[in-house]
Amino acid sequence: MKKIAKSNLSALFAKINETKDLYVPVKNGEQVNFAAYSEEAEVDLTALKTVKSPKDAFFPQSENLYTCFNEQGKISITPEELQDKDFVVFGMKACDIKGIEVLDKVFLSEPVDSFYAARRQHGIIVGLACDKPEESCFCTVFGINPAEPTADVAVYDDEDFLYWNALTEKGNALTETLCDLLEDADNTAVENKKKEITAIAEKLPYANLSLEGWNGDALTEKFDSPIWEELYKPCLACGTCTFSCPTCQCYDIKDYNTGNGIKRYRCWDSCMYSDFTMMAHGNNRTSQMQRFRQRFMHKLVYFPANNDGMYSCVGCGRCVDKCPQNLNIVKVIKAFEKGGKA
Amino acid sequence: MCDCDCHKNYNLDTLIPLVGVITDIKEQTPDVKTFRVNALEGGKLFEHKPGQCAMLCAPGVSEGMFSITSSPTNKEYQEFSIKRCGQLTEYLHSLKVGDQITVRGPYGNNFPVDTELKGKNLLFIAGGIGLAPLRSVINYVIDNRQDYGTVDILYGSRSADDLVGLDEIQNVWMNTPGINVHLTIDREQEGWDGHVGFVPSYLRELEFSNDKTVLVCGPPIMIKFVLQGLQEMGFTKEQVYTTLELRMKCGVGKCGRCNIGSKYVCKDGPVFRFDEIDELPNEY
Repeated sequence: MKKIAKSNLSALFAKINETKDLYVPVKNGEQVNFAAYSEEAEVDLTALKTVKSPKDAFFPQSENLYTCFNEQGKISITPEELQDKDFVVFGMKACDIKGIEVLDKVFLSEPVDSFYAARRQHGIIVGLACDKPEESCFCTVFGINPAEPTADVAVYDDEDFLYWNALTEKGNALTETLCDLLEDADNTAVENKKKEITAIAEKLPYANLSLEGWNGDALTEKFDSPIWEELYKPCLACGTCTFSCPTCQCYDIKDYNTGNGIKRYRCWDSCMYSDFTMMAHGNNRTSQMQRFRQRFMHKLVYFPANNDGMYSCVGCGRCVDKCPQNLNIVKVIKAFEKGGKA
Repeated sequence: MCDCDCHKNYNLDTLIPLVGVITDIKEQTPDVKTFRVNALEGGKLFEHKPGQCAMLCAPGVSEGMFSITSSPTNKEYQEFSIKRCGQLTEYLHSLKVGDQITVRGPYGNNFPVDTELKGKNLLFIAGGIGLAPLRSVINYVIDNRQDYGTVDILYGSRSADDLVGLDEIQNVWMNTPGINVHLTIDREQEGWDGHVGFVPSYLRELEFSNDKTVLVCGPPIMIKFVLQGLQEMGFTKEQVYTTLELRMKCGVGKCGRCNIGSKYVCKDGPVFRFDEIDELPNEY
């Protein structure tokens, strides 16, 4: 266990940033989001949740795949370079780190997505234990401990100090480069902090949410339930839930004509949108009820069916906080538990 | 992913396409053209199995998944039969021999030509452009004739002009021993002395014995009534294969678009047996 005085954090960030790109939670107006570190950036480690999840450090909201040139009918393709430089994401929470493990199941399964894999290879995650989990949090329901971020380095914020505990080889290597700034510490403060966090997490309103009956085998029963018809109606199909979600993986592939070639890029997409599955031949999800059902069935039934029971939700609560119509996965789970509208 | 070694030559991500050149175009019907595609240096872009698909792209226009209609036993080129029905296919139809497109694949599973279909009596049922994925299997079976039993092909279209690949049907398939071709068109037409009527009703008239394994492709409404007919004739769903088609972007089960329940049509399909389809939620 190491520690550093919080007053000295900017020196730590500057040191990391000397050799690596560094992403930290940055306050911009009323919002905190992960952004590239700079001396001017207002780093904010106190915000429990960033508005957008930090998944785009590994799965960017938009990224180029290749450039295609068409010169007098001859097509040539120049693939985008893969990430080849180490970078650090500092301050990810336990839920968002688990979200990356969910994305790993998608992008690292055969055939491996090399753009994502390169970022995973070069990305170093410094996880920050949640200081005070809040009402919309329900990560513990998915077996996540907000006091134990499963990162390369776990960091704890305790009054004047930040405690630093390397957990992996990557974490050890990073710690090595920062040895001038970190000092040895004992475990007492961190152990007390963990107890505090766990005590809060246990008392959260959704801590006892039950996932009983939600698994890959429940497919037909859940799919055919009349409850979807009761639940979906307020949905505006705005897609806020999918864009703020740390596990939503759906993407679109598009071309952009730069005037000097075609850039092929991919960007986040949303299964909530009416044209998501539309093609010349037809559309298999024409109603918002079907699209609404798709999102939750994917997270709680289809994904576990394909991934040894792992859910594609980490209980970060962003959809609970952000849905303008107050629809969210908690409401869905509760409605099914009661056999009707929650 | 399928257990083939199709991707073994991929040094690049499967989202990065290869460049192909169109080396022949056959105008088969008023709205269907068959494009022959080669690698720039000649030969095929990649190996595939019957039933597999590939993403064809006109850069800056659009990209779409098409079944590979040529048989893998064809060592020289690959073919795609494409019906003009949307933005991309409209553009592809405007292309000429020598034009280049990008291709990535092959994607998806295949008809089980090396396992479940081996040694079986086969019945192919196709409607319109639905012949495209089956043609790959039919020519594979013809080239490996000794591995399969009798072959019946029931193929129908709106009119005689809409039968795709009539040349090959009459000159190759009809002249291959052990292969029976049954053609039909929807309405009477001058110069046509063959059968007239929809595919499902012709199927009932033909009174096939129900020992056959069936591969069916065509418009959803045709498939629906063909399946009904087959069941009335004593066929079980385990004997009948088809292909499904949904919107796709990535082709590798990651972009989240073409799922039916927990199955991705691009990766776990496009070939499904009807008893497998029964287990899927009704959303296709």
